[in-house]
Amino acid sequence: MAAVYPLIFAALLFCVGVYGVLSRRNAVLVLMSVEIMLASVTINLVTFGEIAKARGDVLLTGQVFALFVLAVGAAEVGVGLALVLLLYRNRASVNIDEADLMKY
Amino acid sequence: MNGITLPDVFMLLVAVLGGATAILVVVSRNVVHAALYLVVTLLSVAGAFLMLGAEFLAWSQVLVYVGAVVVLILFGLMLTRAPIGPMAQHNEQGVLALGVSLALFGFLCVVIFQAFGDVRLILVPVTTAAIGEVLYVQWAFPFMSLGFLLTVALIGAIVMARREEGEGPEPPAETDADAGSRLRPHRPDLTTAEPGVFAEREQQVRS
Repeated sequence: MAAVYPLIFAALLFCVGVYGVLSRRNAVLVLMSVEIMLASVTINLVTFGEIAKARGDVLLTGQVFALFVLAVGAAEVGVGLALVLLLYRNRASVNIDEADLMKY
Repeated sequence: MNGITLPDVFMLLVAVLGGATAILVVVSRNVVHAALYLVVTLLSVAGAFLMLGAEFLAWSQVLVYVGAVVVLILFGLMLTRAPIGPMAQHNEQGVLALGVSLALFGFLCVVIFQAFGDVRLILVPVTTAAIGEVLYVQWAFPFMSLGFLLTVALIGAIVMARREEGEGPEPPAETDADAGSRLRPHRPDLTTAEPGVFAEREQQVRS
């Protein structure tokens, strides 16, 4: 398989995630866009891990790091949703344009 | 060497499916639909892992993300009383954000094609047993600290999300859309709209 297919797939997912993070209003939707970006990073790690494995890496570094990113992503969603619930309880809204208490 | 092989075709299919549903996630006006499109995106990422020969990673992606994270996100939508119907979800930076992401995508495409345009992957499937052997021997200490990190994150999430007495204002009262069938009908004499009822009434008025 040519290495460009998974790499372009990952780049596309990352850019879509960037668009979502910058343009969405609802904090939960921003979290979903961050999830898409994390998934694209894991695809990149696995692809480069395959290249490294062909060049003599026996530790499966790419896949193990992708596994770590997976677990850190799960923890991030838990903490992120707790923050969103806290925001909703204190401001009665999850619109992140209105969460400007620390602005200026 | 430059021909398109069967793994290329499957990878392209997975990439098209995942990219299309990812775009639907960020443009969908209905938040629940966005969460359900996210399921397909994450499943196609798992498919890409399978095509790259990482079977353990693919199934943990399905279990952790599609199984747990999406359910957590749906709970988050429900607990914050997200509007179920379609509504405007984008802020006024949409055009700028589109420009930034398109520019980033173009830049990444140029870099990837210049640096890895002719690299071909030699796909050897990595079995779960093989990844387990390196994970529990060479990667044992990072793996255990990952477990510690998960514990700390979960305890922190519980401490943050716990409700304390008299904290914050009350959430807004139910809107009409929430109240549903408990609303009184606007015309007390006509509780259900049956076909032909207006024509009948008009005839009564005329006679």
